[in-house]
Order: sequence, then C-alpha cells, then structure tokens
Amino acid sequence: MSVNVLIPSALRGFVDRQSEVEAEGATVGEALAHVAAQYPDLKHQIYEDDSNLRGFVNVFVDGTNIKKLKGLDTPVANGATVMIVPAIAGGF
Amino acid sequence: MKEPIPSVVPEERWAELTHDDLTRYSRQLLLSELGIEGQQKLKGAKVLIVGTGGLGAPLALYLAAAGVGTLGLVDFDSLDVSNLHRQIIHGSRDVGRPKVASARDRIRALNPLVNVVTYNEPLNSENALDIISEYDVVADGTDNYPTRYLVNDACVLLGKPNVYGSVFQFEGQASVFWAKQGPCYRCLYREPPPPGLVPSCAEGGVLGILPGVIGTIQANEVIKLLVGGGEPLTGRLMLYDAWRMKFRELKLDKDPDCPICGKHPTITKLIDYEQFCRIKTKQDETPVESITATELKRRFDAGEPVQVVDLREPHERAYFKFPNAKVIPLGQVIRRMDELDPAIDTVFVCKIGQRSILAVRNLREAGFPGRMMNLLDGVQGWINEVDPSAKQI
Repeated sequence: MSVNVLIPSALRGFVDRQSEVEAEGATVGEALAHVAAQYPDLKHQIYEDDSNLRGFVNVFVDGTNIKKLKGLDTPVANGATVMIVPAIAGGF
Repeated sequence: MKEPIPSVVPEERWAELTHDDLTRYSRQLLLSELGIEGQQKLKGAKVLIVGTGGLGAPLALYLAAAGVGTLGLVDFDSLDVSNLHRQIIHGSRDVGRPKVASARDRIRALNPLVNVVTYNEPLNSENALDIISEYDVVADGTDNYPTRYLVNDACVLLGKPNVYGSVFQFEGQASVFWAKQGPCYRCLYREPPPPGLVPSCAEGGVLGILPGVIGTIQANEVIKLLVGGGEPLTGRLMLYDAWRMKFRELKLDKDPDCPICGKHPTITKLIDYEQFCRIKTKQDETPVESITATELKRRFDAGEPVQVVDLREPHERAYFKFPNAKVIPLGQVIRRMDELDPAIDTVFVCKIGQRSILAVRNLREAGFPGRMMNLLDGVQGWINEVDPSAKQI
C-alpha cells in the first residue's frame, strides 16, 4: 500500500523540509517505519522506543486518531492519509 | 436536531443594556443568534485570558470589542521589543512595561465599558483554582507545557471550558477542551515532549499573523460559549497551516483512561507541573558533555584536533558563520553520521545550545562511537565570550 504521511512544521527539519512523504506499508506502524528508515533522524523524535510512539505524538488516519482504532497496527488503505500531530506549546 | 448548547453565563448575571451599549454593539445585535439577550449574556460574562502574548492579544481585543463584561488577564512578563511583530495589543512605547498593564490600557482605549482585572503573576498550582473559579470560560494563550497542563487540570477540576490555541512557526491548533462535554487536553496529549526534544519557541520562530488567526478563532469559540448555541469546537481539533493555507479538522474523543477526566482519575488535585514536564525517558536523561566557547577557542589556537558541526539551518547561518565548522542541520545528523571522524572530538553548535544536546543524544543512540560535546550556550556563547563584535540576534 502506498500512503501519504503528512509532516507538521515541527518535524519537517527531519525529513528535508517536506510537508508530505510517501510511504509503503499495510499498517500505520509499517508506513511510519518506512518513513523512519528513509529519514532515521525522524525516528528518535516520534518513537519512545522500538514499538511505541511518544506521548505527545498523535497519529490520525484519514481523520481518525489511531488510539481509537488499533494503534500502530491499524491497517491503511492504498492512498490513505496518515497525519502526525505532535503537541505544540507556543502562544507567545 | 441536536439540543442547542446553553450559555455558560448564569442567568442572574445577564446584565441590562444601556443606550451606549445598544449603540456600540448595534451591528452584532442585528444577528439573530446574538440579539439583545446574547449581548446581555456577554455583558454579564467573565472570561479569563491566560497569557497576553500572540494569542492573548487578539483574544483580548476581540472579546473587549464584542462587549464581554469582565476580562481577567494573567501574565507576569514585561514587554520586549521582539514581541511586537505579533502581540498587537501592545505598542512600541510599552516596551519594558508589564504586559497586563499595557493590555489593560489598550482595552480601555478600545472599550471603556469593559471591566479589566489584571494578575501580574504566574499562574501556578497555588493560585489557579482561586483565580479560575471566578470566571465562566478560560482562554489558554500560554507558551509552555507546564502552564497548559495546569490550565487544563484546573478547568477539569472546576468544570470550566478551556478554549485552547497553540502555535509554532506556520502551524496552529485550536479546540475547546471541556471535560463535561468532551475530551480534555490530556485525552489528546498524555504527556509533553521531553525538554529539548522539540525546538523551543525562541529557536523555532513564528509568523506574526499565525497567533492572530488562532487567537481570533479562540475568541470566536469564547463568544459562542458565552452566548450559547452554534457549534462549539468541543471534540474537534482545528489545524491551520498558514504557509499552505490549509485548515483541517480532526475528531477528538474523550479518553476513558484519561488520568484526570477518565473513568478512574488518578489526578484529583493540582500537581507540580514543572516536575511533571521534566519527566524524561531513559535515553533523554543521559548527560551530555559540554565545552565552553573559551575552551573551544583555546583548542583552535593550540591546533588541537577537533571537528565542529554547525547544526543550524541555512537562514540562521546567514546571521553568523561559525568558524571552522562543518554544516549539518540537526535533522540530518544521523543520516550523515559517516561524514564525521569518530577518532577526534566533535563539538556541536546551534543557536543557544539546545539542539546540540539533542544531536549528541541522537547520534549516541544511533551508535556513533566518537567523543561528542555540546558548545555551551551555542553561537550566543561564542559571541559573548570570544567574538563580541559579531551581530547579536
């Protein structure tokens, strides 16, 4: 499956300033791992360890939080949009 | 049809309108969704704005202009000239003044009918419940994680709606966190990023217009909660990308395991938020060796072998080119690890010495075997200690 991974401002520096990265995978976890393999600098930012995302990182597949689905095991359809939504704090 | 959301302003506080009110607010009184009754609710309403910065500025201005009867402003900061490109409630001649004082003056000039209550102090676990309990709605325009979690928890404990907004570079988020009606901030973000992992506000930058847009969205949400009706942003997260001009909406759900608003809450009173936000994972905890600018200069002069890596982005380097440095932006250090010689010491340089710590940790985790150091206080430290003639930014 080919999916679009949307990268927020805060993480674009880790993926050559792209706002979207194409990835392959049958699940959200596989798609993100595919991106992390191309851009190893991103991995440390979003993963707490090898199998868990950090607590300030949410991932939405086609508008639904994967927490409500099967987490990183959530299947993705061809052409799905996987959006990384980290916490940001600025109000300044 | 869904039941309309009632006003959060208790009926006994709905205030009679004067002739001046009718004249001033005539254009919004014409809206059937507001009308006389809506304006009476606004006049009786009390809104607390936490932070009078980029988000607080449009919040305070629009809510004052709309005739919200009482505005509370919390901020302990004084105005710096670098605030002015986005904090449009303040003016050049206010530099150095407490922000709450300057904001109060501007609100009074705009609408003398508004009662302004200022709190020139940080919101903390000791005062938050007392202050927030006086208000109908809280608008969160803070700039740090401890205060965001504090505002969230205090609102959940008191049953108040928390109109949330946050910004970074070109991107903003807005929502209404209201545990009575939907999710809270902790349902979405279980914990903050470990300190230093994400570029800080001072390093990351922000488009001045961005908090203007997000703060205005917050003001709009506040008005709906006060008047009642409409479709509040509860259970939805708005994402805005100013550079690509895209709005996206994501659905948010209440987390049944949320530590404060879930079925079995473990947080039942306010906690130490500074400590909560210091919690780190093991890999984020390992200490990183530092070197001062003076010592680095000595090594250069003595001809001792050392490789310097400048982690800054190209536009940052335009301000100051670091001598003898190899340029690898933070986001590429692991990918380009092979370009470094593990046999000699490597010193990492960034603007203020935060990204450099992250780079050392990332490379260590990725298996780089060489000795790595962080240049203390970054380029700023170098300018202060070694090259004071360079331009300060």
